[in-house]
This record gives sequence, C-alpha cells and structure tokens, in this order.
Amino acid sequence: MQSKGISKDKWLAFLFLLPSIIAIAVFVYGFISWTGYVSLTNWNTLTPDFSFAGLRNYIFLFNDYRFLSGMRNTIFFTLFFLLGVLAMGFFLASFIDSNLKGEFFFRNIFLFPMALSFVVTGVVWQWLLNPSTGVNLLFTMLGFESVPQWYTSTTIAFGFPFPLGGIEFGIPVAMLAVVIAAVWQMTGFSLAMYLAGLRGIPDEVKEAARVDGASEFHIYRKVIFPMLMPITVSVVIIMGHMSLKIFDLIYAMTGSGPNFVTDVPGVYMFETTFRGNFFAQGAAIAIIMLVLVAVIIVPYLINARKGES
Amino acid sequence: MVIQNRFLKLLAYAVLIGMSLFFLMPIYVMVITSLKPLEDVSLSRMWELPQSVSFDAYAVAFSRLAPNFMNTIYLVVPATLLSALLGSLNGYVLSKWKFRGSDWIFTAILFGMFIPYQAILIPLIQFLQSIGLYNTIAGLVLVHVVYGLPITTLIFRNFYASIPDDLMEAARMDGAGFLSIYAKVVFPLSISGFVVVCIWQFTNIWNEFLFAVSITSTGSQPVMVALQNLSGSQIVQWNVQMAGALLAALPTLLVYIFVGKYFVRGLLAGSVKG
Repeated sequence: MQSKGISKDKWLAFLFLLPSIIAIAVFVYGFISWTGYVSLTNWNTLTPDFSFAGLRNYIFLFNDYRFLSGMRNTIFFTLFFLLGVLAMGFFLASFIDSNLKGEFFFRNIFLFPMALSFVVTGVVWQWLLNPSTGVNLLFTMLGFESVPQWYTSTTIAFGFPFPLGGIEFGIPVAMLAVVIAAVWQMTGFSLAMYLAGLRGIPDEVKEAARVDGASEFHIYRKVIFPMLMPITVSVVIIMGHMSLKIFDLIYAMTGSGPNFVTDVPGVYMFETTFRGNFFAQGAAIAIIMLVLVAVIIVPYLINARKGES
Repeated sequence: MVIQNRFLKLLAYAVLIGMSLFFLMPIYVMVITSLKPLEDVSLSRMWELPQSVSFDAYAVAFSRLAPNFMNTIYLVVPATLLSALLGSLNGYVLSKWKFRGSDWIFTAILFGMFIPYQAILIPLIQFLQSIGLYNTIAGLVLVHVVYGLPITTLIFRNFYASIPDDLMEAARMDGAGFLSIYAKVVFPLSISGFVVVCIWQFTNIWNEFLFAVSITSTGSQPVMVALQNLSGSQIVQWNVQMAGALLAALPTLLVYIFVGKYFVRGLLAGSVKG
C-alpha cells in the first residue's frame, strides 16, 4: 500500500534504535578510544596527567615481572581450562545422551554451577583446595604420603628462564587449582552446547554408518566429531575469550598469589589502577587484554554475519 | 547414541554418579560448614557432619549481608526490566525493520558483549563521577542496562526471526504501523523471550563483580562485593563465610531450580547463532 507510510515507519524504527546505537558508540567505542588515549599518557598518579608518554607504559609492561607472569598464567589457564570444559562437557553429554535413566537429574547437577557467581565459586574452592584441609584430607585418608600444595604452590613445571622481565616460563602449578574451580563452574556450558548438538544429529545418520559396519569408535571419529565441529568452535571461542579476561574467580579465590603465580592481567589492571593509581599503566593492560580478545572475537562475529546473509 | 551393552551401561552410571559427587561436593561442604557452630569448625574435620546444628553462622552472615542484599535487589530489578525492554525494541527493529547497514550495526553492538570491561572502566568511572552517579545504585543500573544491550538485543533478534513475515505483512495490510505491530503482534508473542532474557539478566547482574567492586564503595555495595569482603577479613570464620556464600547464591540458585529450562536457553543464545 502507501509506500509513504512504510518509509515513515522505517524512520520511526531507526529512531527507536538510535538511543542504543548512541549508547554503544559512546560506552563501548568511545570509552575504548579514551582508554587507548590514557594508555599513551603519563597519568600514573591520583591526579590526571595527560602529557604524552608514547609507548612507555607498554614497554614497561613487556619488561615487567608481574605482567609477564600474568600473561604466562593466562596462557596456561586458558589451555587447561579449554581442555577441561571440552572433554568434560563432551563426555558427560555423550553419557547423558545414551538413553540412561535419570538424564534430567544428572543434567541439572552438572549445570547448576553455571547459575552461581564466580565470587561464590572462589570462596568455596578456596577452602576445598586449601592445602591443609579440604580435598587434601581425602587424599591423606586414601593413604597419599605427599599432597598437592594447590594454589599456594610456587612451582613452575617445565620452567625455563624467559628473556624478558626475569620470569620463569612454564606451567604454573598453582593455576591448576583455579582451573579445577573454573571447570567445575563452566562445564555446564559446553555440556548444554554438546547436548543440543548431539540431539541435532539424526539417528538415521548413525544407523547408516552402523549398517555399513562402522564401529562405535569409527562413528564418533567420522560422523559425530565432524558434525559437532561448529559447536566445538563456538565453545572454544566463548570460553576462550572468557578465560582471557578472567577476573572475579581469581580475585575471590587466590588473589595474585606468592610470586604472582596466580596473577592475571585482569587482576593486575584492577589493582594497579584503583589501588595504586597507575591509571595509564592500567589502561595499557586493558588495551592489551582487549586486543587479545578481539583477535578471536572479531573473526567470529564477521563469520557469523557472513553465515547469515 | 543408545548404549545396549549391560556392562557399558553400568560403567556409564558409575561415571555419571562419580561426576555428580564431584559437582555436589562444594555444596555439601558449604551446607555442613554453615550449620556448624564456630568451635565445631576445624580444618581436620571439614568433611564431618556437624555434631549439633547451629544457625549462628546464618545469623551473623545475614546481619552482615542484608543491607547489600537489598542493594542488589534495587539494582537487579530495574536493570533487568529496562535492558529487557530496550533489547526487545532493538531486536524488533533489527529483525523486522532492517535497513541498509542494520546488520553491521547489529554486529557492532554485539562486539560490546565480548570486550573485557577493564577496557572501558577508567572512562566509565570518570563519566559517572561527572554526572554524579559514581558510587550509587542508579549508576550501576545505568551501566548494566548499557552493557546488557548486546546480549538482550541478540536474544530478541534471534527470537523475532522466528515470527513469520506474513504475520507482519498482514498487520501492515490492516493499516498497522511500526508501533502498533509491536504492541499488537510482536509483544504478545514475546512472553517466553522476555522470560529467557529476564532470567539471564537477573542471574548475570546478580552475580556480576567487576563493575560492582569498582563503581561502589561502602553503603551502596551489592551483595557479591560484601561477600568478597567477608572472606577478606582478618579472622576467617569459615562457617560464616559458607553461610554468606549460600545466602548470596540463593536467589540465582532458586531461579535455576524453578525455571532452569529458560536459563539454559539464555545460555545457548549467548553463542551468537542462537
């Protein structure tokens, strides 16, 4: 009918979206630019100082013991955390999907930690993995002579001296305690994703493979894994970007730890900015975190966009 | 996959039950510890049931957390409703009133959901200070509404994609415009969308910590910050801490227990494709 009415409505539609566009433009893109600008200044005191510092704050960080320790910890945390949630989520989903009784019950048990705050998780696991009680009591009861030191361990496994900042590069054992807590909390996500994926594979596909004489193992390798690939990619990206910016869990559970064995950039940024008033330095850490996250998220979003159109 | 083999079936149950114990272990420890009187709490008897049940820890935790608990309620309710309403309108525009470039605008909005909030925290605080909302619940509401826009818009946009365009066309033929189609056709169909979004926002805002700890100080702090302070105090009273953790977690746990289905839908919607 009247194309005039429709175009008036189109304007109205745009007008309704406009406040959100402006809010995101200011609060996301504007603020990121401002943080980027702050990271290039000398504002490392309580009172703002916007004199230009060039890349000094970044250069400082890449020679800084604490920052480099945090980056090392983040790398290994992300690695083990992803392995943990993918493996646990997949196996639990496959078991739950095997037509066993109590499916509803089990699924809910594995999913409920998702509804908790990282702060709650941190408080509880801080106690469960306290080296002098908790899980270690069970280990002692089972007859273990020596028990893990969990998040108080200062061991860097397979460590070697790193050329910058005087840190030792290797697996920070203390981080594994945080990995356990994080996997406990987030497995529900990959479980729910895989379960939805497994339900989406038609039984005929598996039956056809079985009729062709394929073994169960073969069916998994040739049929199920490839069909679940897009889900695995999504889980890796969503969980991976979360672990790169992790803050609450570490802050509540362990803090930076002895020798910064459980420090991460998110905690460092918060403490150096709001406890130490090194605003420019905090801004530089934040920008580095943003770049790390953007590297995996931007291609993902562009890809999702293309997949739609 | 259907497991036929009897032995494999037993093995599957054994694994599932073992894993269930692992997942419930923290809850067991929280509950039994929170019910112990202080003199009963000891490192070496952590796993033992309380010799006598005491609610002292809950009384202490409650008196410490109650004001912050209320702060969180004043924060969560308006922030959830506002962000859901805005998300619904955005989703409606971005799915049913597409214009040139609207898909790119949507992608640009989505990006806001993935950024580490540290990257906007310094200007955000300066901004809130300049408009007088720093250290207020109203300031936190604003923050959660704005940074909640990407996820609420995403969920509603995907939700509305399933409303047939014919329905829109028919309403338009009847002379309905942008607003009346929303009010008469789209909104009434959105109830389950609103449930999913509200539960998701409620849970996330309730549990959020970084904004809460950086934007508020004593007086206006939400419950998660108070819980963290409780565990940061000098003498650690484990029974009080566990009682506090349970109290702080209770609302979102109840939501999960009663409407978990919708919570999981929100969870899955967060992976963009929906």
